[in-house]
Amino acid sequence: MTTGLSRREFLTGSGALVVSFSMAPLLEPLASGQGQFDTHMSHINPERLDSWIAVGADGVVTAYTGKCDFGQGMYTAQTQLIAEELCVPIDRVRLIQCDTSVTPDQGTTSGSQSTPTNFNSSDLAQAAATAREALINMAAPNLGVPANLLTAANGFISAKGGRRVSYGELIAGKKFNLALDLKAKRRPPSEWTVLGKPVPSLDIEALVTGQFEFVHNVRVPGMLHGRVVRPPAVGATVVKVDEGSVRGISGLVMVVVRKNFVGVVAEKQSQAITAAAKLKVVWTSGTGLPSQKDFYDYIRKQPSRDVLFVDSQDVKQQLAHAATVLKATYCHPYQAHGSIGASCAVADVHADTATVWSATQSVYPTRAGVATLAGLPVDNVRVVFVRGSGCYGLNGADAVSFDAALLSHAIQRPVRVQLSRADEMAWGENYGAACVIDQRAGLDATGTIVAWECQPWTVSLGGRPGYDRPGNVITGALAGYPPQTVAPQASSQPQGELRNGNNAVPSYVVGCVGGKCGGTGTVRSERVLAHTVNSPFFTGPLRSPLRLQNTFAHECFMDELSAHAKADPVAFRLRHLREPRIVEVVKAAAQAAKWDARPAPKSDLRRGQIATGRGIACVAYEGDNGYVALIAEVDVDVESGRVRAKRFVLAQDCGPISNPAGMRNQIEGGMLQGLSRALGEEVTWDDRQITSTNWSTYHSLPLGIEVPPIDCVLINRADGSAMGAGEIVITVVAAAVGNAIFDATGARLRQVPFTAARMKAALEARS
Amino acid sequence: MPTISLRVNGGVHAVDIDPETPLLYVLSDELHLRGPKFGCGLGQCGACTVLMNGRAVRSCITPVGGVTDAEIVTLEGLGTPAKPHPIQQAFIDEEAAQCGFCLSGVILSAKAFLDRNPKATDDQIRQALAGVLCRCFAHARMFKAIRRYENTRHI
Repeated sequence: MTTGLSRREFLTGSGALVVSFSMAPLLEPLASGQGQFDTHMSHINPERLDSWIAVGADGVVTAYTGKCDFGQGMYTAQTQLIAEELCVPIDRVRLIQCDTSVTPDQGTTSGSQSTPTNFNSSDLAQAAATAREALINMAAPNLGVPANLLTAANGFISAKGGRRVSYGELIAGKKFNLALDLKAKRRPPSEWTVLGKPVPSLDIEALVTGQFEFVHNVRVPGMLHGRVVRPPAVGATVVKVDEGSVRGISGLVMVVVRKNFVGVVAEKQSQAITAAAKLKVVWTSGTGLPSQKDFYDYIRKQPSRDVLFVDSQDVKQQLAHAATVLKATYCHPYQAHGSIGASCAVADVHADTATVWSATQSVYPTRAGVATLAGLPVDNVRVVFVRGSGCYGLNGADAVSFDAALLSHAIQRPVRVQLSRADEMAWGENYGAACVIDQRAGLDATGTIVAWECQPWTVSLGGRPGYDRPGNVITGALAGYPPQTVAPQASSQPQGELRNGNNAVPSYVVGCVGGKCGGTGTVRSERVLAHTVNSPFFTGPLRSPLRLQNTFAHECFMDELSAHAKADPVAFRLRHLREPRIVEVVKAAAQAAKWDARPAPKSDLRRGQIATGRGIACVAYEGDNGYVALIAEVDVDVESGRVRAKRFVLAQDCGPISNPAGMRNQIEGGMLQGLSRALGEEVTWDDRQITSTNWSTYHSLPLGIEVPPIDCVLINRADGSAMGAGEIVITVVAAAVGNAIFDATGARLRQVPFTAARMKAALEARS
Repeated sequence: MPTISLRVNGGVHAVDIDPETPLLYVLSDELHLRGPKFGCGLGQCGACTVLMNGRAVRSCITPVGGVTDAEIVTLEGLGTPAKPHPIQQAFIDEEAAQCGFCLSGVILSAKAFLDRNPKATDDQIRQALAGVLCRCFAHARMFKAIRRYENTRHI
């Protein structure tokens, strides 16, 4: 660990402004071994209490977390957690998020893993519990009372009769010098006074009054402005950069070229924009792109890396004996994170050290990437998280951090890089992957599913850079570091236990691997073989990565099976589910929606211009990280093909709820984001390049839409494990809406987004 | 470079800048204001919105040379955390934000519209916000907050 003094001194400053601060005292020899979360060695040992918690002489509790806030509410929820476990008011907690100089390496803030990681019996929660018990133990000799007779409350340890001592007096700014105690007791949910209560987002006042510092607002002394010049076509490489083309542009400081990375640096932002626009670069014509129209067929023809998730090895026979066999194929496009703010970062690279202010989800991996690009030892690089606009996954934050590092490295001065909208949408981010998913299942004469086979196909290129792959995002690749590609490989029999992190395995099968059945359903004859092929575009996790695409296919296909069996979609699901928690959310949603049990589609189709219907979808997110059921009610204008959501009813179980206010906000946002993605969002391209480069070509539902009422049943399982709630709802929206459309019209849409044109075509095909 | 005089949030600022420079960059780089944000640079999303003589304007496509006579108000010019403007208070009360990056567009577009159309219907408010984006999709709360502001004005 570092000395308490240096950490504290650093922390008194606004992170963004302390640039002249020497790195040296912050970087002690590597103390810890290989970290958990698949992280690398860090100078901050997660097994030591002082890595997580410091209590000042003034009693203020400072907590250090490797899970940061992008607007999803982790700042507030983690502050509640610390206040609860250490028994102090919320305003006595200072939470320091994601800074490689002071916070433990918790990998990436993603995948709805912050709550499972930091709110159960390890890491931040366990550190806070350890600290509370340590303070009680310190108070025992001080008060002359055995520890088991002492209680912690409001920043004091008290004995019966009113004698008490404050945390500040006990610790007096010293370190705890203790290991994380895995036996320290968490405060029981029944006694919670802060955690589990609705606490408004702690940053809301700063946000609405324009005071909040985003990474876009970071300004450091001597800072220059950079812009990047991306290739005009996929696969295009630099032939020549004509620096003469920008000579004389006011304020231009430097043109930077590193292999195929091209950027400009100027005194002012508008000068950098002008220079980037005017810089003449000769590029090769690029590799060309497969036709978008035939892309889903194209995917299936590529060599693939295959993973067999389950295989009961009897699917063929069961299907041969089934009364009916249904087949359907579902398609999901590439979609963009489309952050409202195009990504931005500031880097200050010198001969021997570098500091980067970044909105990355992964400060430690980004540190490694910057070290590689700048040719510095990793310990000499510091990455400080400063929030950007909502990212929903791997938006342009990592790429622009590398952009800033390359430009600053070239000029050895601090450089701020702001991507343009087109930089972000055509070249900045790693899209959510396109998928084509083949489903096949058999029903017996009673309408029970007897076998289910699913073959999802998806695409991949690059991804999170991790600790050693800066080329997994565009900047690193342009600078000469290769991205991760797909090496074709045949599948082998599944080993160990069921892995369903991508929800490739439908909820309705037993999910047996090695004799152990980890699935949530009843269908015993099962086979899921997933194929991944190379993508022409960079891909990466986008809110509910692959889980959303797979669930769209599973839940719509389940609806098709239900319709074929002439069964009510809720009852049909319940017949094929066995996990009590998913059963409970399905029942709760149906009850809250006053679900009218009958088969879909409605019997009175084709009357009037507006068709109305309802649909359900459910999922055990990542197999076991949260349970949700969603009922959507929609209107379909059969003349225009326009789909409008009328109402959403949801039931959700994510274990104990840390902050019901924050969770509700996440549910509402996830629901509408899911609707926007289901109805309109699609990355498009021509034969050379991406064509959805701004908000007129990439269609996001604006504030002007009529927002459907959203009813939530929140099941608070206080005694269970804490699960992630940020991605669970969005996973089922396209499926629920697609099923509601079918109920309303009898037309099945198997391709996202459900545009008016696709809706009309499906209506015509129906008749 | 010519010196341009700007009236922003009640103060007068002299800036040496090319008059073609979009107002947004002057506000954020020269005056260090955090309210107006760069979202798209194309006037498509609203994140850069400021009030100019009470009207919502997209500062990312407004050359600074053309606004020297105007009274410009940014999100921070409306109110402070200690004393928020009633529309900001309504957003606080409804917890109407997630990342909050879009708020200049949402709050200032709504305020400018309601100030001119005090009896606006829900449909009219929606129409006024048809060109504003929030990618966290906090739409429901934002709409409630706007309605709350509208209602408090009529008490």
